[in-house]
Amino acid sequence: MAADNPTNTTCALELRDLRKSFGKTEIIRGVNLSVASGERVAIIGPNGAGKSTLFNLISGRFAPTSGDVILNGQRINGLAPYEINRKGLSRSFQITNIFPKLSVFENLRCGVLWSMGYKYTFLRFLSNLHDANERAKQLMEMIKLDKKRDTLAMNLTYAEQRALEIGITIAGGANVILLDEPTAGMSKTETTRFIHLIKEVTEGRTLLTVEHDMGVVFGLADKIAVVVYGEVIAYDTPDKVRANQRVQEAYLGSVVADEQGAGH
Amino acid sequence: MNSTTTTTVASSATSHYRFKPWNVGRLIIWTLFAVMLIVAPMLFRSSLALTMLSQIGYLIIICLSYNILLGQGGMLSFGHAVYTGLGSFIAIHAMNMATKGSVHIPLVLIPLVGGLAGAFFAILLGFVTTKKSGTTFAMITLGIGELVASMALMFPEFFGGEGGITTDRVYGKAFFGISFGPAIQVYYLIAAYCFVCTAAMFAFTGTPLGRILNAVRDNPERVEFIGYNTQRVRYFAFIIAGFFAGIGGGLATINFEIITGADSLSVIRSGGYLLFTFLGGATFFFGPIIGAVLLVLASVLLSELSKAWLLYLGLVFLFMVMYAPGGIASLIMMNLRLAKYGKLRQLWSSYLALGGTALVGVMGAACMIEMTYHLQLNAALGPELTFLGATLNAAGFTSWFGAIFVMVTGFGLFELCRRQFLRQWSTIQEEIEHEIKRGEAL
Repeated sequence: MAADNPTNTTCALELRDLRKSFGKTEIIRGVNLSVASGERVAIIGPNGAGKSTLFNLISGRFAPTSGDVILNGQRINGLAPYEINRKGLSRSFQITNIFPKLSVFENLRCGVLWSMGYKYTFLRFLSNLHDANERAKQLMEMIKLDKKRDTLAMNLTYAEQRALEIGITIAGGANVILLDEPTAGMSKTETTRFIHLIKEVTEGRTLLTVEHDMGVVFGLADKIAVVVYGEVIAYDTPDKVRANQRVQEAYLGSVVADEQGAGH
Repeated sequence: MNSTTTTTVASSATSHYRFKPWNVGRLIIWTLFAVMLIVAPMLFRSSLALTMLSQIGYLIIICLSYNILLGQGGMLSFGHAVYTGLGSFIAIHAMNMATKGSVHIPLVLIPLVGGLAGAFFAILLGFVTTKKSGTTFAMITLGIGELVASMALMFPEFFGGEGGITTDRVYGKAFFGISFGPAIQVYYLIAAYCFVCTAAMFAFTGTPLGRILNAVRDNPERVEFIGYNTQRVRYFAFIIAGFFAGIGGGLATINFEIITGADSLSVIRSGGYLLFTFLGGATFFFGPIIGAVLLVLASVLLSELSKAWLLYLGLVFLFMVMYAPGGIASLIMMNLRLAKYGKLRQLWSSYLALGGTALVGVMGAACMIEMTYHLQLNAALGPELTFLGATLNAAGFTSWFGAIFVMVTGFGLFELCRRQFLRQWSTIQEEIEHEIKRGEAL
């Protein structure tokens, strides 16, 4: 694991005093966070703490009011989402965000095209782009949807759509992946399988995920960042975060107690 | 991803995803299309028919190019006539210059001149329009449409003012006896362009840009996060649509040898392209082809049949938007799907009943419309009119009562049939879904 060996890692994503205000309200209040390459980081915190806003700032959906976002050593704040994506960062969405009228295969192939250099071309046939088709097919097998190749995305079950969402997100080969509540709305068994899937498909990449399910968080993350009212109040390994007094008080205590109570 | 899955992927991949552009079904369809284009003027020999066929030919190109925007890109443009019209004007000036001998462009290349002009103006104006999508896009195209239409009146030197510009398509030396004087030769020029452009636009749907355009239509926000600039995607598609629109405009010029700004650039013309592309069906590639045929049939034949043809057209459009938003193409495809699962036969009687009752209702309504029009427009000719062989008295009680009776009975029965049909339809759809599920499970 990368986290066990911090001396060898480089910084994939770094946030420096990141701030965002909507009107007079400051939602993100000076976040500093550095994520080493290959690390899996879970961002937790109560509702309205600013977790999704943080993702929106990193991925370029919103521009930060001040501060820097540094991706693989390059400043990316203020860039458009597609420019950030081209620099190697990809994200999924809390509310399923796929191409409903395209088939599973087409959804994934769309995710692949830019990174394979096909850009805006209209002088080649998609069906002749063997590398893109091959990659889309691999992705389809990775997210276990190869039996639904030609099913329109809107006709998939919810869990399948979530898997497709992840598939599109990782399709472009970005090295930093942001997953916004990937297991939201799933049953326990689906969640367990899904976490396994996420681990598998993001192997070797840097992963940031927003998650509410503590079982998921402790099963998946190398490090946990606790966000409360727009600030990171703790950022450490799961065990240390669990033991952190401040986190206990602010947020975690009750949840962890519930989780363990349910487990025994 | 571990190594075992990689190897299985590599071994099974080649067999599944091999490209088959010339599969048999597609080859047959394209051959049929070509044969139809070649044979059509031999079947319909009158000069009116030939004019109509020529119009259908270039309108197919125009409606298909419009559908790159509407159906494939989700861009509701109210200004497509700008690109067909400006293509026409540049083409006509090129023809007149060629006649004078200042440039050498053979007539067969004039449509390409129109196409390049269409693309040029799409590059120029599309840069503004495609910045936005949705409602804003529609509003900007409407604005630009009005702008260009009013500009046509401001620059009579270029646009010819009220009278327009005329030309003569017979210039240069005849090539193997082909002077493009006779209408039949022009038809075959149009048919050739129609085939090539249709094939090219179909090919476009299978390219990376074409597919990403669909993605932009469905979910532009997500496209931004897979590396594509949605404005750029819309812009490029807009230019391609402009190019083919210009080709259509150039062919129209050759066909009519006259272009007027008030007609060719008007927003009404743009609305016509929109309306018939929609009627034909924007969700399928071939829908606009049906739309183009309908456009010519309506504007040439229906307008002969009745003065109220625009009213009928409006009603048909209203009906389609409400009950069949996918247009005629989607109706065809839905029934083909039924046929594929062997369910079409069950619906024959329902279709007959629906058609019969609708016809009765429409007849009643049409009698009333015709009588109203007669009273308004032809009052001097007396109250009597003949409609479909029957003599109606527009001022008499019996004719009105009869018409109302027929209409109410027709539509009443139609509604009963429709309810029965809907039940039948949903049962059949469920059966098909069931069969598909079972097929997947196997």
